[in-house]
Amino acid sequence: MKTSDSKSPLLKVSELHASVEGVEILKGISLTINRGEVHAIMGPNGSGKSTLANIIAGRPEYTITKGTIDYKGNNLLDWDPETRAREGVFLAFQYPVELPGVRSWQFLKSSVDAIRLHKGEKELSVREFDKLLDSKRDFVDMDQDLVRRSVNEGFSGGEKKRNEILQLALLDPTLALLDETDSGLDIDALRIVSEGVNRVRTPDNAFLLVTHYQRILNYITPDFVHVLVEGKIARSGDSALALQLEERGYEWLREEIPT
Amino acid sequence: MTQTPVGYSTYELDFERLKKDSNKWVESLRTEAWLSFKNLGFPTARKGNEPWKYTNVKTIAETPVILGSHPVPNVSLNEISEIAPWSNDWTNIVFVNGRFMDDLSNIDGTEAQVSTLNMAFSENSKDIEEALGKTAKWKEDAFIALNTAFIQDGVYIKVPQNIKVEKPINVLFLTMPKDEPEVSYPRILIDCQANSQLTVYESYIGMTDGKYFTNSVSEITLREGSLLEHVRIMYESEESFHIGTSRVSQASSSKFNSKVFERRVGLGRFDLLTNLEGPQSSCDLNGLYFTSGQQHVDNYINIDHKEPHATSRLYYKGILDGKSRAVFGGTVYVQPGAIKTDSRQEDKNLVLSPDAEIDSKPALFIWADDVVCGHGATAGNIDQDTVFYMRSRGLDLETASRLLIFGFASEIIEKIDDGHLRDYIESLFLESLPSYKFEF
Repeated sequence: MKTSDSKSPLLKVSELHASVEGVEILKGISLTINRGEVHAIMGPNGSGKSTLANIIAGRPEYTITKGTIDYKGNNLLDWDPETRAREGVFLAFQYPVELPGVRSWQFLKSSVDAIRLHKGEKELSVREFDKLLDSKRDFVDMDQDLVRRSVNEGFSGGEKKRNEILQLALLDPTLALLDETDSGLDIDALRIVSEGVNRVRTPDNAFLLVTHYQRILNYITPDFVHVLVEGKIARSGDSALALQLEERGYEWLREEIPT
Repeated sequence: MTQTPVGYSTYELDFERLKKDSNKWVESLRTEAWLSFKNLGFPTARKGNEPWKYTNVKTIAETPVILGSHPVPNVSLNEISEIAPWSNDWTNIVFVNGRFMDDLSNIDGTEAQVSTLNMAFSENSKDIEEALGKTAKWKEDAFIALNTAFIQDGVYIKVPQNIKVEKPINVLFLTMPKDEPEVSYPRILIDCQANSQLTVYESYIGMTDGKYFTNSVSEITLREGSLLEHVRIMYESEESFHIGTSRVSQASSSKFNSKVFERRVGLGRFDLLTNLEGPQSSCDLNGLYFTSGQQHVDNYINIDHKEPHATSRLYYKGILDGKSRAVFGGTVYVQPGAIKTDSRQEDKNLVLSPDAEIDSKPALFIWADDVVCGHGATAGNIDQDTVFYMRSRGLDLETASRLLIFGFASEIIEKIDDGHLRDYIESLFLESLPSYKFEF
């Protein structure tokens, strides 16, 4: 397995085409993300922005018909989802899944241990894990009671999203993909989630934020904004582009799609 | 209605060989029960025979089995504690191949009156004559008749009025299979007098691989205000046959809390019939079955509300793998006049393999007004979204499957208060999980 130096790109998506059940969703996406950067992917519903994040994380139902994804100098598409996670890819789900009967504590510890073992480190003792968990719970203002319960079961929408950020903080990924984490959140929850993300940011990791609205970008400032329309990047820019979209919507960009 | 079994003659021979009992009452009971069994025959899955619709006992009828004879194989305490629930803090009563093992049991030191059926018979106990066969009606049920025809060893537990028995009574029916398949007829008689409290664990354990038949009957009488906590464990051999019955009779304000765990058997069936015969009586029946390979498990449950203001809860969960099959037949009857009945029943299944089959039939018959009753059944599998979520957190398929299956089972396992027993059940259900893996 190759390790990349800090100068080469962390993630390089080239000419990516992908389909689901025979319908092409991504029609040639190219994108480079370096360590320390925050990228926002915006776009109207059905543009393929969630698909991109899910493909990077390894969701199985997509077929890659063309193109490559290079991650830390490796062919990411060769890896199963758990290998990607252990190598530092993290997807915060748009709809976090409920795991009835699976205790959050057990789930989180199993994840942390799986990643540690992959790195050649030892599993954490109960005490060590509790200490780690306590320190990260503060990031998202998560009640201790929630980690004793079944994963996401009976959680409110906001609690589920905060639980995703708690996992993000615990697993400490190199590449974090946030799939519409802001949708359905009230302003307080959005602030908590954003602060959690900001506390996880370092010069060594990178973020890809998938969002429909500019709102979350008031809290997490992106270095780059890409607008996805009909499976292609219609325009890339800096955070000013997001404000422009907020004002004008997405329609005017349809003419800009490269052919 | 009857089926002429190939192996039937071996039962006949056994019955003739069975040593005549010095207790005349027992002898005539056996003879009557034997005639009743011959008359009833093994049940068939013929049309209209609802209780046996999904479970065909033809293979049992066609397998020659003989009554376990001496010498009873040696089993050490070490071997027992390896495979069966065991704690020195419990009152342990051990049977091997149907025979009571005095040296492995400690029936003293409990507030309950405990004796073996053999002891009670030789003392010509009038108590037993009055109680035996009262709730387990051998004239109506072939397997109860068969068990009664061969009644010999077993355990009789009586809790005096107002007594709370502190230590759980752990009754183990262990089978060491022999080359020639044997049959054993475990029998338990429990009588909780008014306002008494008792905890009983009743386990059926196959010590090694091999073919045999367990035909068990438990008769339970709960008098006014009494409480019985009951756990029943089926962990027989992969090739075994197990047909068990519990018949419970509940007087007013009595409570019956039952937890059934079925982890391994070849062809298994457990009938749990409880009669709520007094107002304010209640039963809480929980169960967990996990079938794999070619196993077949049938849980047949009847709750009969005969009096007003009684409460019943029936909650079973099943995990099915391989080519196994499970049957859940839960029926709640609310008799005329049983107003203010409060009843819920539910059966949830997790189907892990496309070749596994669950037949879940919850039913409700209400002949009274002013009742609250509900029932439901579900069968589902683990969806790809769930598995992807877990894998995206670094968990491999094996770990993900294990966490999910155990999560499903833990809801029932957690209902056990006794930490020692809970650990045992957890290991029973967990040990087979690590090798399991979903295919996607």
